[in-house]
Amino acid sequence: MHSYLHIENAKMVFDTKKGKFTALTDINLDVKQGEFIALIGHSGCGKSTLLNLVAGLTEPTEGFLLLSEKEIKGPGPERGVVFQNHSLLPWLTCFGNVHLAVERVFGSRESKAKLKERTQAALDLVGLSHATHKHPNEISGGMKQRVGIARALAMEPKVLLLDEPFGALDALTRAGLQDELMRIVKETQATTLMVTHDVDEAVLLSDRIVMMTNGPSATIGEVLTVDLPRPRDRLKLAEDPVYHRLRGQVLEFLYQKHLKKAA
Amino acid sequence: MSAVTINENSLKDIMNSPDTTPLPAPPRRTPFLQTERGLAFAEAIGKFFRAALPPFLGIALFVLLWQIVSASGGDQGLPGPAKTWESAKLLFADPFYDNGPNDKGIGWNILHSLYRVGMGFGLAALVGIPLGFMIGRFQFLSGMMSPIISLLRPVSPLAWLPIGLYVFKETEPASLWVIFISSIWPIILNTAAGVSRVPQDYLNVARVLNLSEWKIFTRILFPSVLPYLMTGIRLSMGVAWLVIVAAEMLTGGTGLGFWVWDEWNNLNVEHILIAIFIVGIVGLLLEQLLVLIANRFNYE
Repeated sequence: MHSYLHIENAKMVFDTKKGKFTALTDINLDVKQGEFIALIGHSGCGKSTLLNLVAGLTEPTEGFLLLSEKEIKGPGPERGVVFQNHSLLPWLTCFGNVHLAVERVFGSRESKAKLKERTQAALDLVGLSHATHKHPNEISGGMKQRVGIARALAMEPKVLLLDEPFGALDALTRAGLQDELMRIVKETQATTLMVTHDVDEAVLLSDRIVMMTNGPSATIGEVLTVDLPRPRDRLKLAEDPVYHRLRGQVLEFLYQKHLKKAA
Repeated sequence: MSAVTINENSLKDIMNSPDTTPLPAPPRRTPFLQTERGLAFAEAIGKFFRAALPPFLGIALFVLLWQIVSASGGDQGLPGPAKTWESAKLLFADPFYDNGPNDKGIGWNILHSLYRVGMGFGLAALVGIPLGFMIGRFQFLSGMMSPIISLLRPVSPLAWLPIGLYVFKETEPASLWVIFISSIWPIILNTAAGVSRVPQDYLNVARVLNLSEWKIFTRILFPSVLPYLMTGIRLSMGVAWLVIVAAEMLTGGTGLGFWVWDEWNNLNVEHILIAIFIVGIVGLLLEQLLVLIANRFNYE
């Protein structure tokens, strides 16, 4: 009996102009349904590559990935992706961007009114009811990222894949969105994989932290279980010794065992 | 002493009496240019002059040079600005007369040229845009077409005229053909470049959302190519307008190009100069119109 998401011996080799480049090797990971996993590592360690494999945007050179017993071959509506740079279509309004996803997943079996309702509900969920008819260039970076999250959530995915979703945001906006993400994940019960390079974010949000070694040929170095009770409150955690121990462990992994050589 | 005499002392008394204390001065109005509105007004005027002065000086210099050149030629010289202006006033007094095939008002000639450009250019867009999309989307087709395009693109537009005349046996389709073949390249190349430069992010979105080919085209490909497409259309329109005058000189009948050549045969040099201005101004207006449209599609 496999787990919900099962990755076995995945290896990813890219053909580049300078020859073959092995980005990932020997990736083995099992994720339970409803679990929140953070992927952390230095930049260039293949975190995003791993996420793209789960998203189905690329296929592994070797090994395989199973999602509820079925091999992942290409993207699917049961996996919602939030991109690093929001990737909203600038010619559509916030509503239009989310509606595009809704239409694709539910368009064949639901009425137009229902589709609109779903779109609006997704925007409400991320607190953007007021910006429905704005274009992406009229809203802030944090709001754009929320639309990106709304777009992914509107598909009612079983798995939510987030690629450094808050990386480009200022600390205050980021904290707000992290709290919102915790609430949303609790509400939707989605299994979540999140790429991040923020240690606090990883400890605050996840059930397990998957720490990756540096590339090339990056692999999973250690997996840390975050046994902090939920709901989590960032202010209380600040004084929590467990939180600090976990945080310290991640930092130790990143900065002592796998310090990236200054390039 | 009945009469009142005013001497120095009584005058002093009068001046110092309470009745003659000067009235408070009426409030002085601030001069207009020192009020807030006045300042804004002055600012606007200044801005206008700073913006308008260089072009105005440029045009004045141009007219002056023109005058000098025409004056230095004596009787055989180019017509001067004043003479040309008088001639233009006459010409535009009745732009839409029609005295048979070879004698039509200037308005008709302009419209005929515009019509040909519109038709030839429209056909070029009709063929070039889909072709550009396909070349951009399919590497194989791009490989197939690129030698043909590289070979044919640098050919001077008028070299195509004999082919047109030979194939169509008539001048009208031949001149449309010349416009078509010379204005199609920028459309194809810009559209193809736009398609191949659609950001990977957007294509990833399409894949993650699992959009249909039609949705990918209407929601992602087309809108993101549109700015490139508009550039192609602008370049094409420019080429078409350049070529039309030359093509009409050779094919005759109607249009600005024909008119220029006709007036050359009549030795009416004022009209040739006027034609040059018309070609320039209409070209400028077309360009501005397309820039206006292109700005509508600028999302960033």
